[in-house]
Amino acid sequence: MSSAITEIALVLEDGSVFEGEAIGHVPANGIAVGEVVFNTTLTGYQEVITDPSYAGQIITFTTSHIGNYGTTHLDAESRGTFARGVIVRDMARRESNWRSEQSLDAMLKSQSLPGIAGIDTRRLTRILRDSGSLRGAFGTADHASLLAAARADQGTAGIDLVSQVTTPSSYQFGNGKFSVVAYDFGIKSTILTCLAEIATVTVVPASTSAEEVLAMSPQGVFLSNGPGDPEMAGGATDAIRSIVEAGTPTFGICLGHQLLSRAFGGHTFKLPFGHHGGNHPVRNLATGAVEITSQNHNFCVDPDSLASVADITHLNLNDHTNEGMRLKAHRAFSVQYHPEAGPGPHDSRYLFTQFAEMMEGK
Amino acid sequence: MPRRNDIHNILIIGSGPIVIGQACEFDYSGTQACRVLKAEGYRVVLANSNPATIMTDPDFADRTYIEPLTPEILAKIIEREKPDAVLPTLGGQTGLNLAMALYEKGLVGVPGTPELIGANAEAIATAEDRDKFKQAMIEIGLSVPRSGVAHNMEESVKVLEEIGLPVIIRPAYILGGRGTGIANTMEEFLKIAADGLDASPIREILIETSIVGWKEYELEVMRDKADNCVIICSIENFDPMGVHTGDSITVAPAQTLSDVEYQKMRDAALACIRRVGVETGGSNVQFALNPANGDMVVIEMNPRVSRSSALASKATGFPIAKIAAKLAVGYTLDEIPNDITRATPASFEPTIDYVVTKIPRWAFEKLPGTSGVLGTQMQSVGEAMSIGRTFPESLQKGLRSLEQGRLGLNCDPGESLYDSLDDAALLAKASVATPERIFQVGEALRRGMGVDRVHDATKIDLWFLDQMQIIVDERHAMADMSLADVTRSQMRRAKRLGFSDAQMAYLWNADEMDVRAHRESLGVIPTYKTVDTCSAEFAAETPYHYSTYEDETEVRHSDRPRVIILGSGPNRIGQGIEFDYCCVHSSFALRDAGFETVMVNCNPETVSTDYDTSDRLYFEPLTREDVLNVIAAETIASGGVPPKVIVSLGGQTPLKLSGLIDPALIAGTSPHSIDLAEDREKWNQLCNELSIPQPPGGTAVTVDEAKVIATRVGFPVLVRPSYVLGGRAMQIVHDHDALQRAMEQMASDGSLGKEGGLSAERPVLIDRFLEDATEVDVDAIRDHTGEVLIGGVMEHVEEAGVHSGDSACAIPPQTLPAWVVEVISEYTKSIATALDVRGLINVQFAVLGTTVYVIEANPRASRTVPFVAKATGVPLAKVASRVMLGSTLEELRVEGLLTPPVSGGHVSVKEAVLPFNRFPEVDTALGPEMRSTGEVMGIDRTFGRAFVKSQTAAGTVLPTSGTVFLSLNDGDKPAGLVVAKRLRDLGLGVAATTGTAAYLAKFGFPVDRIVGKLSEMEGSSMDNAVELVAQGEISFVVNTPHGRGSREDGEAIRKAANANRVSSVTTVEAALAAVNGLWEQYQSEIEVCSLQEYHGR
Repeated sequence: MSSAITEIALVLEDGSVFEGEAIGHVPANGIAVGEVVFNTTLTGYQEVITDPSYAGQIITFTTSHIGNYGTTHLDAESRGTFARGVIVRDMARRESNWRSEQSLDAMLKSQSLPGIAGIDTRRLTRILRDSGSLRGAFGTADHASLLAAARADQGTAGIDLVSQVTTPSSYQFGNGKFSVVAYDFGIKSTILTCLAEIATVTVVPASTSAEEVLAMSPQGVFLSNGPGDPEMAGGATDAIRSIVEAGTPTFGICLGHQLLSRAFGGHTFKLPFGHHGGNHPVRNLATGAVEITSQNHNFCVDPDSLASVADITHLNLNDHTNEGMRLKAHRAFSVQYHPEAGPGPHDSRYLFTQFAEMMEGK
Repeated sequence: MPRRNDIHNILIIGSGPIVIGQACEFDYSGTQACRVLKAEGYRVVLANSNPATIMTDPDFADRTYIEPLTPEILAKIIEREKPDAVLPTLGGQTGLNLAMALYEKGLVGVPGTPELIGANAEAIATAEDRDKFKQAMIEIGLSVPRSGVAHNMEESVKVLEEIGLPVIIRPAYILGGRGTGIANTMEEFLKIAADGLDASPIREILIETSIVGWKEYELEVMRDKADNCVIICSIENFDPMGVHTGDSITVAPAQTLSDVEYQKMRDAALACIRRVGVETGGSNVQFALNPANGDMVVIEMNPRVSRSSALASKATGFPIAKIAAKLAVGYTLDEIPNDITRATPASFEPTIDYVVTKIPRWAFEKLPGTSGVLGTQMQSVGEAMSIGRTFPESLQKGLRSLEQGRLGLNCDPGESLYDSLDDAALLAKASVATPERIFQVGEALRRGMGVDRVHDATKIDLWFLDQMQIIVDERHAMADMSLADVTRSQMRRAKRLGFSDAQMAYLWNADEMDVRAHRESLGVIPTYKTVDTCSAEFAAETPYHYSTYEDETEVRHSDRPRVIILGSGPNRIGQGIEFDYCCVHSSFALRDAGFETVMVNCNPETVSTDYDTSDRLYFEPLTREDVLNVIAAETIASGGVPPKVIVSLGGQTPLKLSGLIDPALIAGTSPHSIDLAEDREKWNQLCNELSIPQPPGGTAVTVDEAKVIATRVGFPVLVRPSYVLGGRAMQIVHDHDALQRAMEQMASDGSLGKEGGLSAERPVLIDRFLEDATEVDVDAIRDHTGEVLIGGVMEHVEEAGVHSGDSACAIPPQTLPAWVVEVISEYTKSIATALDVRGLINVQFAVLGTTVYVIEANPRASRTVPFVAKATGVPLAKVASRVMLGSTLEELRVEGLLTPPVSGGHVSVKEAVLPFNRFPEVDTALGPEMRSTGEVMGIDRTFGRAFVKSQTAAGTVLPTSGTVFLSLNDGDKPAGLVVAKRLRDLGLGVAATTGTAAYLAKFGFPVDRIVGKLSEMEGSSMDNAVELVAQGEISFVVNTPHGRGSREDGEAIRKAANANRVSSVTTVEAALAAVNGLWEQYQSEIEVCSLQEYHGR
């Protein structure tokens, strides 16, 4: 048997209380706090936990057993974890998979990431679905302190989280055919792996100016995913506009899609509870085909605000929100979802080929 | 791409009788398809020989043909109905095989004939032909197990050199896995290969890389015309490779795959369905994964809806068959709304926030001689599915859903079963896959042998074993507590791991109801969550619930009057689809009448567990605790008004619970009356009062008591336990020694022993057996005004002594005088009245000479209710359900639900379908213990023709050429003479044993061949019947077992016939009916006709 159970609670800003037990790292002051979101993916907990886009958030897994196949450095999506905590129904006591190097619980401890297990995650999900993402706090502290902590949290709207997760300095990745500069707003490793198949990638910090990028004469520029509110990454939109207007083929994913849209006059807004999962149907409007996609975003582009500058290319079939666009006057396109997967289905990896073709001049 | 308007008339091929490997799941898929296509405005023509199915209810299609599923008959249906398209992918392997046979005859799938929709001939061939499939998979870069074929030892060694050890050797064209083996060394290989070549009639073996011990997975895939593909569900087998997936415990979603591995498998499944070319619909693809390095191979794919897709549908809430039917007529996935969320489209991949476990149920106890070892051929007859928030909870719920006397993994009286085994012996047993393995593993963990040691012996994944260890650890922790001092959090933790109140009662030596009361006082009560395809991301409209112990319950409030219908649990021999039919019809009728219907069942194959069937579905075990919980939840949800509960439609399962539920809640016949019919003393008294004769008999608990009764009534006697269904352990014994053996067997550690053994409450019934009597079954309904409706009187073809479930029977009776039928009706009415029946009653009679004896009465739905409904056009189960809730028959007549039976123009014959082709080691002679898995119906203008249809539908190949072998017991010889004469008229040869031949010769009837008995063969030059059968010289066998003494000869012949796929009958009555029917058919050709026409609709 593992060590004794530490009973803790999760309290949401609306006052809802969930009783559970501590897993992972034990926070020093007995409280972990953040914006509580849920992810419905059945596999890929490690990729989700290590995705920088979750900065500022506490991730609830709806899948009941988490940790079953352990963790491996091969599946890490970034150099660490940026989420504030993990909520699961059940944390595996013993993992089983030939690829595993470390149990998930051990990984959480080594990354100083706290968690809570054993709670009614379905009830939590239903609350988040109905009232939208809520701030929450969990830990050994009493319920009143947890509630106060939850209500004191800044949330993710109006916060610059990108600067917390971006690379401090630029670096090279892969040695593919094209030279691509990738803006790191919180880039995932799987994106780099996909890009590396077509390009030699120079990953640059989010604050890199257009001039610096253009000075490298890249054949293409990539705008990565990342956490939080696109309005808070305001500096980037000017750079993006200059780069695109200079004629550089540009491809954006997730936050990259929102920033590209904003750079050309688009508006973004916060979804009630976001899209976090690996099963969202998206229609490619050009072909009519339905792709099953991996998604992780709380903010969304208003397609009407892009009407004059871009063609809408992809549509979410669940809630009909925007999933992709292509600028009319420039060689630039972007999608809201995650074609690289990691975790999730591989239905949309053709977009990387499309980016290569754009750089090819097709 | 919307609905196709170029087709209007669609033929759906059903899957025929319930057999091992093909069960209710195809009624579920076929029913969905019929409903969808009718709703879409197509004319639906259905062909299925199984009258117990819901899909063959005449309301579900425009034309329903209950006809044998052969290419010839289907050709006649096609000729008559001229469909534009044939949908073969919802009728199991039977549907696909028939479609291919019709295609090969140029009758479908070629220009000028009906189009094959769902899957075309090319796709079916690519998936079904092992070699084509292998080539196709290699072509798209997927791995398949390496293999090669050999015809002699030299070739075998050559193949082995290419593949390398270990290998699995499979002889071609063998039954039951004979000659199959796994070789790890060269020495083993040489021996197994040689044995395998000997075992194969064509001296051919397949040598395949052994992947025994690898992890096994299945993915359910759907594809539409626009090439959109989605995965509906991933399933991981608890049992590693080596056990047929139908015999494996399986879990959804897959638990031990990382995303990297899962996506690789998903990519492979999509590539597979695209390459095979399944244009629209569902398929399942099976994979094996090497746990040491992740190597993945494709095992096989089914280009159709399957048992797994039914499971996946129930596991996720995504109705695969329904969507497949829509895709087949042109829709694309994104055009179809997700039924459950309504707001989102079907073009998505379900995600689930619970764990589903499927556990098979076997019937080895009914098939003496079988080894009980699981292998690559499926042997289970049913399955239970359970839903829990975690695997431990789901597993324990699943184990008690099986209704085999176990309350969970262990922590119950059954756990002492392994006490006599030491650790090494226990582990050795657990290393062999059998139905007991899961419990042996539980016991090994309970003894503290550790998950690693158990893993080494069983290759079961460590994650699963550790989850089981968590159950065991909790049990140990609870053992230190008591009912008085257990805390709320301790109780809650145990319940969340799936422990039942009964397990705790066992552990704490307390009464289950006291545990329940204490648990409730601690505030630990179940919550009901919803199966919604999306892990709560979207609001769900469809109330499909399962219990778990969490914070929040999701059952909605409603004020309508509620009726809970208790289903029949996992299929087993004696309790199958017929009872599901009754439950489903009840739900339909009561919904129509304004009740809110609530179904409780745990069988994933069925229509009853389709969330569309009732207003609310609880996917729960049918135990006292779980049923009381549902009643409580429904009472709360209606603001305190308790629901009515129907216990009499689901067979023995709900009936056994009737005494444990508040009698005031039970709709229909009272538990008191149910008990009156079951309690031998009270029943005897009642028959005496009514002046209805019974065979003399009595009840006994001890051997001595039994002998006293037998002496009093005279041998032979019929011996049977009380409170069982399907004639479990029923025997006819002819002397005191046999009686003693029978009594000892029933009291000993057999499955009955496990279920509680013998006691004053569960005595053995001993009755004089009426030799040569004609058996008759009656289904009737009585309402509260006292009116009794005789639904159907069925005369059995086989004489009394063959279990009614294994016997053929006819409506209307064929040999009984009209006055006897009237007496039977009057007896039935008087019994129904005396028992104060409200709803259905089934009464069995035996007619001997001019005396009508009552054998037993059961105030509940019987196995024959659907057959009677199909034969007479009267919806008995619907009428009975309304009567149970207070309507009178007269009111239902006025309403139009109850119509007069159709009669006069046709005869309906029900025939049983037996599982012997899966078990060549079993004697096929019929007896008082039921062994059939399913049934078929033949319907035609005359009895002879209907009987021939029933035989053809059941897979019996009646002879049209060659030599028929007769071996008859003395009593059957006069009738045998008629059989022999008819055979001669039909131009067939006759071979007979010396005795039978001598008898026939006395009447001037020479046989073509005299065959020696095995016992006479020593040094004789006569032909041996077993060899003749094996050599293919015999086209049909009539062998009637001898009442007493050695049965070995007959047994050997019947086994030989079974193993060589030569059809046989084991009663002279069946032989007579068959030859008479063949004679009629010889004179004019077979014709087909729909149920709607017979019913005059």
